Amino acid sequence: MEEFAALLDTLVYTTSRNRKLAMIAEYLRETPDPDRGWALAALTGELDFPAVKSSTIRNLMKDRVDPVLWTLSRDFVGDTAETASLLWPEPEARDGEVPSVAQVVDQLSALNRNTAPKELPKVLDRLDANGRFALIKLATGGMRIGISARLAKTAFAQAFDVSVEEVEEYWHALEAPYPELFAWGADGGDPPDVSNRPRFRPFMLAHPLEDTEVDLGEYAAEWKWDGIRVQLVRVAGETRLYSRSGDDISATFPELLDVLPMDAVLDGELLVRGASQGGEEGGAASFNALQQRLGRKTVSKKILKEAPAFVRLYDALLIEGDDIREQPWSKRRAALEALMAKLPDSHFDISAVVEADDFKHLAEIREGAREDAIEGLMLKRRDSPYIAGRKVGLWYKWKHDPLLIDAVLMYAQRGSGKRSSFYSDYTFGCWDGDPDGGAELLPVGKAYSGFTDAELKKLDRLVRQTTLNRFGPVREVERTLVFEVAFDSVHTSKRHKSGLAMRFPRIHRIRWDKPVHEADRIESLRALIRD
Amino acid sequence: MSAPFSWIRPEPWGVQIVPADCWIDPGKAVDRALVTHGHADHARGGHGETYATPETLAIMALRYRTGVADESGEIPTKAIPVEYGQTIRLPGEVDATYIPAGHVLGSAQILLEHAGERVVITGDYKRRADPTCAPFQVVPCDIFITEATFGLPVFTHPPIEEEMAKLTKALADNPDKSVLVGAYALGKAQRVIAELRAAGHSEPIYLHGAMEKMCRLYEEHGVPLGELRLVSDHGKDDMRGSIIVAPPSALNDRWSRRLPEPITAMASGWMRVRGRARQRGVELPLVISDHADWCELTQTIDEVDPQEVWVTHGREEALLRWCELGQRKARALALVGREDEDE
Repeated sequence: MEEFAALLDTLVYTTSRNRKLAMIAEYLRETPDPDRGWALAALTGELDFPAVKSSTIRNLMKDRVDPVLWTLSRDFVGDTAETASLLWPEPEARDGEVPSVAQVVDQLSALNRNTAPKELPKVLDRLDANGRFALIKLATGGMRIGISARLAKTAFAQAFDVSVEEVEEYWHALEAPYPELFAWGADGGDPPDVSNRPRFRPFMLAHPLEDTEVDLGEYAAEWKWDGIRVQLVRVAGETRLYSRSGDDISATFPELLDVLPMDAVLDGELLVRGASQGGEEGGAASFNALQQRLGRKTVSKKILKEAPAFVRLYDALLIEGDDIREQPWSKRRAALEALMAKLPDSHFDISAVVEADDFKHLAEIREGAREDAIEGLMLKRRDSPYIAGRKVGLWYKWKHDPLLIDAVLMYAQRGSGKRSSFYSDYTFGCWDGDPDGGAELLPVGKAYSGFTDAELKKLDRLVRQTTLNRFGPVREVERTLVFEVAFDSVHTSKRHKSGLAMRFPRIHRIRWDKPVHEADRIESLRALIRD
Repeated sequence: MSAPFSWIRPEPWGVQIVPADCWIDPGKAVDRALVTHGHADHARGGHGETYATPETLAIMALRYRTGVADESGEIPTKAIPVEYGQTIRLPGEVDATYIPAGHVLGSAQILLEHAGERVVITGDYKRRADPTCAPFQVVPCDIFITEATFGLPVFTHPPIEEEMAKLTKALADNPDKSVLVGAYALGKAQRVIAELRAAGHSEPIYLHGAMEKMCRLYEEHGVPLGELRLVSDHGKDDMRGSIIVAPPSALNDRWSRRLPEPITAMASGWMRVRGRARQRGVELPLVISDHADWCELTQTIDEVDPQEVWVTHGREEALLRWCELGQRKARALALVGREDEDE
């Protein structure tokens, strides 16, 4: 556990990607099995101990530290695990040896809700502050230390000089602590046999088009739909649904698990039935409707009936055991079109190719499609193979320009992680009428990106200087500052007082110069709703 | 007879001693100021008269020309030295005694006595040993006006030996690189250098130009710092395997490009919190502070055992809560301009 704690600690302070890779690689090479496998699972967020939640830790702390002092500390530090590791009362003497990662994993797995509050302190008492931080991060999941799963897998590839694509291919079919993966990578054994297990293939991704113009002879255009990108995999009769990050979301969409009539790996957009996207012929509801279904572990019959999901297919990677990823897009497209006849309409359709005379014509079509709440266009090189990741020049995404409004800063909240102790999350509002005629501001959204570090400092200072009220980590501020807020779309919402919810709002510009009464009114925002 | 302690009045920009018509650490120019120490958020130029320790006055002469004659030979800002332990009588029958605060060279607490009432204002202080300044002394009083820069229980500064060991290990592990230590130019920098010397590090230490004069001043006041060299006089290869000390603002500045593959370190109490280190792009955080940590703050209040605690600046909410839990009377003064020191 000491080595793992030291690794986490140095990773936190290292900004260089290469140095992070080198440090993880060194750890993986020098640490014995199964510790390194568990550590890798922790770094990639694959561990889950249901008996230990963030609230378990908070409750342990509240028995040991005054609740007010705990809250003030947590608020300043910005991370529960770190605050707890610092505030945990040091035992008079550390009894017992420092446990290994594997022993910690065994102990955590054996816990239930009743035993956790009794057993966890015993483990914490055997560790120093760094060790406690590592343990709590490990136990509660979600390291949030700036290491992506992809980076950890790349480090594995680098440690043992194998290709990261291969690592990713095996990854999703294996389980922590990945003995087969280390037997292959570290000890030169045979590659793991994953042929009969459903597994995720890394997605092919696109670059933003920016100022590039492409020749439509070389590139085909498709709509970019506003749902979530998914991969539907059927192997040996068993179907799984994976999200863009490779998470298994099968349980959330059970209606898609018994509709694929053959073994295949298909790439598409998950949408729910409705009338907004693509109009009559499209038959998909807005992202807002889809959102009601995301993140659910169990799904009621009612919701299955009200918002049934389907997949609008973009691409095929494997069809009936045939791996066609090396083939050009045009051939895969033809294979997909041929496959459509065998798929049930109830759960599948195909994302149509957008025909245009030339690039200028395509630009006009894209402009005109704003009202259909389509995210934009995809441009795919007709000869591109299906390659994991983002390779320059093969696929482009050509999103709509964002919508913009001017809104007024109303509340600010302290951030976490790198922004701990800074007021970095901003709630902003628009006027519910004429501001000179006594109108009030209603909150319409919250943004925490789109500004530089220097601007963050300035905003933080403004928040501290203009505070009206404090509610825990939130400060209400005087209405003095206008943000130009960019967002992708806006929808009706029952959750907010304004009746609106913005999609992906971010600060576009800080209008230090603009008087607050010139900010936009709710009605201008409401006019942009496309539900 | 006026109400108890009405002779001492906290304002947002300083604490006023009413009968003496003077201010402690005022944030703007006044006729008469008592200054606890030389940091810019406590000391400033332009006061008619400045009462401070000889060391603090030397620092203020360097930074603000306090007590220094102008072109015409006049001294527009008078400097009145007060030694540690010395009591001076101010107008309005107020006695002021300067007592070591252990914060930086020349730093003092000020004990004020008037009409049988005793008030101590700590300025900034710490309880840990520091080879560059005289140690803090506990002085009993009725009102204890304390700082609270690190007034949260998460702040416990580790023994400085541990932090020095981290620093020298990083140096030993990377003989072809350099370690750039960000440290406040007054106090922290000299303490880090003196502690390195005490740990047996006798190699030359390189300085950012902004550090030079203050280091010389410390040496003139009896704090030996060993061989110091200026970065500007040397090439990259000279500095490989060396420690370089610079103000925190220089860490991510273009200036640091002239250094041989620097590992960025920072000596500050804030480094206890990972997020703070990450905000600064610090790779080697050194938890070294010239302020009292949570244990020292609370221990000191218990030892002084005043009737009332006033908290001047920092994380005052938590310290007030601690006082409330211990049934001590306390209030926050919220002085302006003193956020986030110790950098």
